[in-house]
Amino acid sequence: MAIAKRKFDSLVIGAGGGGLRAALQLSRAEATVAVVSKVFPTRSHTVAAQGGMNAALANVLPDNWHWHMYDTVKGSDYLGDQDAIEYMCRAASHCVIELEHSGVPFSRLDNGKIYQRPFGGQSQNFGGDQAARTCAAADRTGHAILHALYQQNIRAKTHFFDEYFAVDLLKDDEGYVLGALVLDIETGEPLIIEAKTTLLATGGVGQLFRTNTNARINTGDGMAMALRAGIPVQDMEFFQFHPTGIAGKGMLITEGVRGEGGYLINKDGERFMERYAPHARDLASRDIVSRAIAIEVREGRGCGPRGDHVLLKLDHLGADVIHKRLPGIRETAITFVHVDPVDTPIPVFPTAHYTMGGIPTNRFGQVVAPLGQLVEEPVPGLYAAGECACVSVHGANRLGGNSLLDIIVFGRAAGNHIIGYLQENHYHRPLHADSVDRGMQRLARWDQQGDGESVDNLRMELQREMENHCGVFRTAEVLQDGVVKIKAIEQRLQHARIKDHSKIFNTARIEAMELENMVDLALATVISAQARQESRGAHSRVDFPERDDVHWMKHTLFFKEGYKLDYKPVRTKPLSVDSFPPQKRVY
Amino acid sequence: MYIENYEPQRDQPGQQKSRLYWQCRRGMLELDSLLQDFFKQQFDALTAQQRASFELLLQSPDDLLLEYLMGRVVPMDAGMSDVVAKIRQSVTV
Ligand SMILES: Cc1cc2nc3c(=O)[nH]c(=O)nc-3n(C[C@H](O)[C@H](O)[C@H](O)COP(=O)(O)OP(=O)(O)OC[C@H]3O[C@@H](n4cnc5c(N)ncnc54)[C@H](O)[C@@H]3O)c2cc1C
Repeated sequence: MAIAKRKFDSLVIGAGGGGLRAALQLSRAEATVAVVSKVFPTRSHTVAAQGGMNAALANVLPDNWHWHMYDTVKGSDYLGDQDAIEYMCRAASHCVIELEHSGVPFSRLDNGKIYQRPFGGQSQNFGGDQAARTCAAADRTGHAILHALYQQNIRAKTHFFDEYFAVDLLKDDEGYVLGALVLDIETGEPLIIEAKTTLLATGGVGQLFRTNTNARINTGDGMAMALRAGIPVQDMEFFQFHPTGIAGKGMLITEGVRGEGGYLINKDGERFMERYAPHARDLASRDIVSRAIAIEVREGRGCGPRGDHVLLKLDHLGADVIHKRLPGIRETAITFVHVDPVDTPIPVFPTAHYTMGGIPTNRFGQVVAPLGQLVEEPVPGLYAAGECACVSVHGANRLGGNSLLDIIVFGRAAGNHIIGYLQENHYHRPLHADSVDRGMQRLARWDQQGDGESVDNLRMELQREMENHCGVFRTAEVLQDGVVKIKAIEQRLQHARIKDHSKIFNTARIEAMELENMVDLALATVISAQARQESRGAHSRVDFPERDDVHWMKHTLFFKEGYKLDYKPVRTKPLSVDSFPPQKRVY
Repeated sequence: MYIENYEPQRDQPGQQKSRLYWQCRRGMLELDSLLQDFFKQQFDALTAQQRASFELLLQSPDDLLLEYLMGRVVPMDAGMSDVVAKIRQSVTV
């Protein structure tokens, strides 16, 4: 069969904020750029980011990038790489202003400057009073960023492949990445996109857990593509649970609610965060608030007939504040739980929210792996940015507002590095037929006819097992049980079949390939979590409640082959300032 | 064997239902949950006119769609506002 083929200088897989920011940098430099996205670009998950983007502009309260850096290192529970964190925090203000110039309508103060709101984990003066660092375009920051970047890309003549599904990376025997095999979802036809560089910007994998805040397209495809290409994924045991998701449904109730003065209560009406974080209370960082809620529920102080959630109270803010500052929240509560927060608190519980782990990169966006002698060698031609990457600025725990910043800063940095690479690498390397064949086999596997397990059921089972065995509370037994269960699902997946073998918009086939991706990432997550015998950031072990810097201040690397684990040191040396040595993390 | 410089044929008659289902995949859980769940439960029972309104609704950008489905904005088009109401009613707690 003849397979269609296209050639570009650069391929970007993913059209969220990370992919679009990189593509824009490249198109403006007059590289030919293909952006592939499984959904129409402005339907990417970045559209969901409501809260905002951090930058130490100091428009509301005193601030500077060094304080932001301190908060990010501390928030990461000292697992973040301090060179990348310094780079990000220093670049933040410039990136916000650049976005504004691209057309993002940031909300304003009366004096005309960009409005900034306080978010959890932000401080002035290295751990002092609450800072106000988050820039927002009302409660649609992600939407505004995504649309502005998309329009700018159209203007810069970026070539979009909308509704194409990336199947696998193409790689030659010397390890160069040559592009990707993709599938035109509308026609069901495969297409080879050859490129001198390929950037993965496919977002996170929130769909691993039953209760989550993520769009259903967040199935970690790029991370799994990297795994299949022999590249490890890093720090997958660190999955952020947002403390306030709508109980039983997952939808996010933004931290901004607590920033504006909303607080949590248990069934006795007690403002329990005062016991867990006396200083920051409801604005303590996400892992601390999530764990506190889970403990309240476990110890019998949960609300509702099943005692399975706590309440987020905001009626004391008054209808005016709720209408003006939190316009989306009220409707979310009314729509999904039929509760009006103007007079009734919202039932909430921790919900899987953000993938701290991902494809290991350096601060230039180059994918790095222990290929030969070194622990971090760039994979030639391959880049990653955004939530699918692990650079690692979030370490064991991401601060709210730092992810939009991450995708913009490192999308841009990757774009810049790629430009340099293209200047040195003028020609496409020859296409590697074996690599194409492997991708085609992956497609053909779902053409098999006959009876088998259903993809839908397996996915639901996977999500339930991950929630039960790799959620907010983890012990050796629970995780061991999880590893066994997920491995069994991996086996059963071999025998799964789809019923629909049509070509046009065959969602069943896409969902099957997404499930394959998720199963690999579930294994990476639960196996990495089982191995890490400490509690750090979002990874909380009941049996190892303390952080253990002597043995565990290191990054995990998980390889698909043989489920192998490896480790590499945290980069504790910043670029220009003194390093922040690990300290006990109190808020 | 490869076909160089491929341009996809976008004018072939797609399978309407599958195409619409793919359009229910959006950037936010809120929209996915409302649209996909509604599609699975009720699409087959919609009249031709309601289907057309649903298709029109899906062409809205995500932020506007969210406004409609959260009940903050009522679409001008009567058919569309009727479908929005149906979607909102289909949510169970
Ligand atoms: C509800 C919610 C609210 C949030 N609020 C904030 C906030 O206020 N501030 C903040 O900083 N962060 C926030 N975040 C986090 C932040 O939104 C995300 O981390 C960030 O937008 C990820 O951007 P991205 O560019 O990496 O990927 P995404 O925006 O997820 O884009 C991924 C892209 O990859 C494409 N793709 C994926 N797989 C394939 C494939 N196989 N083939 C082709 N294309 C593919 C998709 O189509 C999409 O275009 C929030 C997250 C959630 C869930």
